[in-house]
Amino acid sequence: MKPLLIALTAIVTREALRFAQQRERFIAALVRPLVWLLVFAAGFRAALGLSIIAPYQTYITYETYIVPGLCGMILLFNGMQSSLSLVYDREMGSMRLLLTSPLPRWWLLLCKILAGTVISILQCYVFLAIAAALGIAMPPAGYILVLPALLVAGLMLGALGVALSSFIRQLENFAGVMNFVIFPMFFLSTALYPLWRMAESSELLRDICAANPFTHAVELIRFALYGQFNGMALVWTLLAACVFLGLAIRGYDPGRGLVRRKG
Amino acid sequence: MRRLAIATAVAALMATPAFAGKVFVSNERGNTITVVDSETWEVLAEFPGGNRPRGITVSPDGSKLYVCASDDDLVRVFDTETYEQLHTLPSGPDPELFVLHPSGNPLYIANEDDNLVTVTDVETHTILAEIPVGVEPEGMAISPDGKYVVNTSETTNMAHFIDTGSYEIVQNTLVDQRPRFAQYTADGSLLFVSAEIGGTVSVIDPATGDILHKITFEVPGIAPELLQPVGVRITSDGKKVFVALGPSNRVALVNGETFEVEEYLLVGQRVWQLAFDAAEEYLYTTNGNSNDISIIDVAAGKVVKSVQVGQQPWGVVVTPD
Repeated sequence: MKPLLIALTAIVTREALRFAQQRERFIAALVRPLVWLLVFAAGFRAALGLSIIAPYQTYITYETYIVPGLCGMILLFNGMQSSLSLVYDREMGSMRLLLTSPLPRWWLLLCKILAGTVISILQCYVFLAIAAALGIAMPPAGYILVLPALLVAGLMLGALGVALSSFIRQLENFAGVMNFVIFPMFFLSTALYPLWRMAESSELLRDICAANPFTHAVELIRFALYGQFNGMALVWTLLAACVFLGLAIRGYDPGRGLVRRKG
Repeated sequence: MRRLAIATAVAALMATPAFAGKVFVSNERGNTITVVDSETWEVLAEFPGGNRPRGITVSPDGSKLYVCASDDDLVRVFDTETYEQLHTLPSGPDPELFVLHPSGNPLYIANEDDNLVTVTDVETHTILAEIPVGVEPEGMAISPDGKYVVNTSETTNMAHFIDTGSYEIVQNTLVDQRPRFAQYTADGSLLFVSAEIGGTVSVIDPATGDILHKITFEVPGIAPELLQPVGVRITSDGKKVFVALGPSNRVALVNGETFEVEEYLLVGQRVWQLAFDAAEEYLYTTNGNSNDISIIDVAAGKVVKSVQVGQQPWGVVVTPD
């Protein structure tokens, strides 16, 4: 048991150190959702029709609506960022050091994902605090209840990042991931518009959004922020997390490994 | 042990919630009255309210509900427990809004189409007086001492002060365009009159009829012509003034001392009338275009919930506990 914990501590510490030394990265990770909150939401305030949907009890401004989606955005971008760092590690050779450890590989990957998630959650809380300072506050209990939701959503998106990183040959290919994963995942979700609004333009779009695991991650966060539990969103997010984790483990398996084939 | 038991019993007694008030909402297009529980905010019932029910109020003891059935040209009186119609009252043509004397009798009714204020005795069911006022009378307020009734006429743009003893207009104050609502502070020292098209709320000294201040409104991103003040309610300590701003879907929370707007609260669409519960814990708003009422936590200055009611809610009143 002890070596497992040592590995966990070491990986989390390394990730935290790396993060602490990249202050720009911390600021950049916050600027992105804040720009959306302050600029994008301000422009769309009047454009979005008002309607009461669960978990909201009354009318809300668009700024209030997109806060959970922007928490999801932080988790999503950070998940991809750790995927980028894995590719980097592989190019630099530090991954070899990690993977030669006698510990089970799934554990190492899980530690890596967990480390990224912890840092993402920290960023989410800073973002929520800034939003609250700007007058977009949630019920006080929501800030505690959202923690498990952020953890589950973060693990799912982190696992997706790791799974993707096993397919990326070189650092340069990361732009492709941005285009083909992050943007569709973010825009085809309930982060920016509720499902009913999507259904107005097309049923197909609505169905795609409803199937997108990122939608469920965002809804899980949204409901938790308002002290409510969304079972369906939790099941979907967990299911997606298991699938992505399975893919990641398979991708990094030296036997079948995509790593070996490419490396 | 025994003392503990008594203490517990006393505590339990004190903790028992007061008898819940009921929120009555008149639905102008649905021709119904919706009843909402003031504690659980669940809809308890919806019953017929006559044709085009608008103005709505309750007797001081909370037993009788008065409704202006505008297209029936009368006031309907309902039992607040059984929702049965008890009787009707003569009101003159097209009654829109009314105000009950603090003692519970008589009722002062604005007749929108007839340029009259009709005074009706709710005991004898007879008309006591018909007072000619400006064109399109709507807003009705009564001074806390019951000596003056104020009527606002939407086209004449005036607040008319009527002596309740002589039924004569004793004073007129010219306000901004289309005054729709008037409300005294609980101590009677100030009168607030909203002007829907003018976009202002005039704060008037009732003693002289002079306008002391004009409250204006501004919401970033919302066209100024949508900021149409209608309903006004003031907490009994005079510190908070709530103003419904019609199609801007906002209720302004105004400081009752500085007359500065402190906050704009997002509610449903086309908010017109407002009502406090007896404890002034919550304020209810009628949102005519989204067919719901929004509930505002008065102390926190936050909208806590919106509840669907009937079609085109117009007026709202809460029975005393």
